[in-house]
Amino acid sequence: MNNVILRMAWRNLWRHGKRTWLTVGAMIFSNSLLVFSISLQFGSYEMMIDNSLQAFSGHIQLQHPAYLEQPKIRYAIDNVTDRAQRLRDTLELTSISARAAGFALASSRDRSYGLQILGVDARHEPLVSTLPGLIRRGRYLEPGAREEIVIGSVLARNLRIDIGDELSFLGSGFDDSFAAGVVTVVGIFESGNADLDRSVAQVNLVYFQDSFAMGDAGNSIVIRAAQIDDVEPLMSRLKAELQGSDKVVARDWNELQPGLRQAIRADMTSAWFMYAVLIVLVAFSVLNTQLMSVLERTREFGTMMALGLRPARLARLVMLETGMMTAVGLLLGIGLGALITAYLSVVGFSYPGMAEMSVKFNLPERMYPAISLLSLSLGPLIVACGSLLAAIYPALRLNRLLPIEAMRAV
Amino acid sequence: MSVFQSQARVVLTLSWRNLWRNSRRTGIMLGAIAVGVWAMIFMTALMRGMVDDMLNQGIRNLPGHIQVQHPAFLDDPSVVNSIAEPDSEFRASLDRLGAVRWSTRIKVPAVIASERETRGINLIGIEPAAEDDISGLPALMDTGRFLESDQDQGLIVGARLAERLETRLGKRVVIMSQDPANNIRERGFRIVGIYRAKLPELEEFNVYAARDTLQQLLHIEGRVSQIIVVGDDYRDIEPLYQRLRQLLPATLEARAWYQIDSYLAAMFKMMDGFVLVWIIIIFLALSFGLVNTLVMAIFERVREIGLILALGMRPGLIVYQILLESLLLLLIGLAIGNGIAYASIKPLQGGLDISAVAEGMAMMGASSVLYPKLLAADMILANVVVIVLGIVTSILPAWRAARLDPLRALNAT
Repeated sequence: MNNVILRMAWRNLWRHGKRTWLTVGAMIFSNSLLVFSISLQFGSYEMMIDNSLQAFSGHIQLQHPAYLEQPKIRYAIDNVTDRAQRLRDTLELTSISARAAGFALASSRDRSYGLQILGVDARHEPLVSTLPGLIRRGRYLEPGAREEIVIGSVLARNLRIDIGDELSFLGSGFDDSFAAGVVTVVGIFESGNADLDRSVAQVNLVYFQDSFAMGDAGNSIVIRAAQIDDVEPLMSRLKAELQGSDKVVARDWNELQPGLRQAIRADMTSAWFMYAVLIVLVAFSVLNTQLMSVLERTREFGTMMALGLRPARLARLVMLETGMMTAVGLLLGIGLGALITAYLSVVGFSYPGMAEMSVKFNLPERMYPAISLLSLSLGPLIVACGSLLAAIYPALRLNRLLPIEAMRAV
Repeated sequence: MSVFQSQARVVLTLSWRNLWRNSRRTGIMLGAIAVGVWAMIFMTALMRGMVDDMLNQGIRNLPGHIQVQHPAFLDDPSVVNSIAEPDSEFRASLDRLGAVRWSTRIKVPAVIASERETRGINLIGIEPAAEDDISGLPALMDTGRFLESDQDQGLIVGARLAERLETRLGKRVVIMSQDPANNIRERGFRIVGIYRAKLPELEEFNVYAARDTLQQLLHIEGRVSQIIVVGDDYRDIEPLYQRLRQLLPATLEARAWYQIDSYLAAMFKMMDGFVLVWIIIIFLALSFGLVNTLVMAIFERVREIGLILALGMRPGLIVYQILLESLLLLLIGLAIGNGIAYASIKPLQGGLDISAVAEGMAMMGASSVLYPKLLAADMILANVVVIVLGIVTSILPAWRAARLDPLRALNAT
């Protein structure tokens, strides 16, 4: 019996091949578009998060509770180097590094600029941040070495200095004393982010602590997780460990860079508005097709009812037809979408003006969509649900059908 | 009345009546067209509003539509790379070129120190009277007063910087910078005003003082860093820019806003493309339903079409009638869609609060209130695309209907 219904539904579908194909066509179009744009979105969000966090802030930072709001040198964590080492041992994660930060006026022979000086652990900093890997000329800091500094390319140009030149800095230290020193430029980095390249310089943490009279204190311990999904378990472990301490708190990337998630959310919202419109339009198409196909079969349905078929059964037939149509649209749509996306995930995707935009969001100049089970199925499944919902009205109409009248219908 | 006219009339009546023979189907299709057109116009208005806001703010932050400066200033924004204040001849020609507003400013890197903190900043010397048109700074004042003259001795800082420096209105801070001879120049300033920028990161870096005061401090009497020129409309700055360039001596360099900030330029350029792509995607999604409706309408009428063909109606008129039917459908759908779009955008004109994602918007360079912008050009574009492409997609079904063989059609079941 079931088999009969199935066969009937399938045959009914192709009684108007052109109509069915047009409706399926709308599904295929929307589905492949959704597969492509959702994959592209996922790919770019992932990259945006990774690139932004790896550039500098890391996934998690331990800080003084007041430091996030007011990043001042005196909101410090004491014993920062030992703490970082203990964390590396207990969390069994090497990508953890201590930092200290202060503002200073840096002067070369004939120029002066204000900048942020970071004291970093030269051994572990390359594990948490991509900046050390962006040294264009010279080398990165050597662990333990004193009186050397790496600066950004824009700053080097503005200060008119190069590798081997001396730079003096003057700032206020931990205890409001004067912090001063003379350092030699050993490396120049170029991140492409003009702000970073203009306003940040790094020295060894020990040297920083001496010059800024910090003792063994620092301002943050930066943790880079192996992947974004590790952040949550790490956070709960850290929170448990830090419980009761009013000097140190753990901040995850949402707190460190609130703009990142919000930019993603804003982009998501506008993207889903567009997807919703597409889905509604497909649903209209299905509604039209199924309503017409029910109406034109009024006589036929009347006869079937007169033969003893209950309306619920007929409604199921209509839903089954819709389900089959949707399945064809779903499979072909995912197939076509996956082909397009797979192709672009190899050769990359870009449009005019994208290069300028991507710099702003730490993205590369070409985008590579990320195909995953979720990105392939999410959009098409919603389209399928929308289509089935749209078919409910035509199916329910069958309940109102009276066999005698229906058989007389023109 | 000519034969042609009466024919056209009959065809119009036929199309109109045919449209309502299956009012449910027509109704659903109208719904689809209306939703599609609404989405085209509504989304475009939101995007336009956002990008417009980004561009307006971005250009105010640069600031100006065109900046004239020393050729080396871009690479090395030092006090050494200053230019002479424009002489009277240059002033006159600036006015003659149709610049709406122009002003000079000094921009040097400096260090600001309060009793507690030290920060690196951009020290900007302005002509206060012109700022309203140039950076919009006077409107951003939060507390205190704006600078009153070119010789004002006060200093204006951002709210965030004041917080970072642990200082406030009325307090003194020390500004340090360099003069062209590489001597560190410093002096105390009283903070007379605090501003709040729409993009908070700017508050931390831009500190404003009066131009002449800074010229004295930096020992650059009669010299400035930049001449800022504002034209009528940033979208149409090219003529002014070209004329200005021809006028400038080789020792000066002019840059238009789209050269200064490539992100803004990319947004500006991409916007039109985005609108077109969005409209076409929606249309494509719609077109399946449209063709479907027409194909079915023709299918139902095969016998009828056969009959009128047999009675001698020319196939051309059949095409005409079906296209007219499609056009009527599109026009009614468009009218409803435009109406809904207008009705849904109108109440949002006062601004749509999206402060939930304020910092994300700031990352894109937009503020947290979105003002939808309904452009006549976008509305026309959407309507024209739907009508033209709609008719084009209807041609094939119409043409096939006209080519029916009357005898076979009459016998169709």
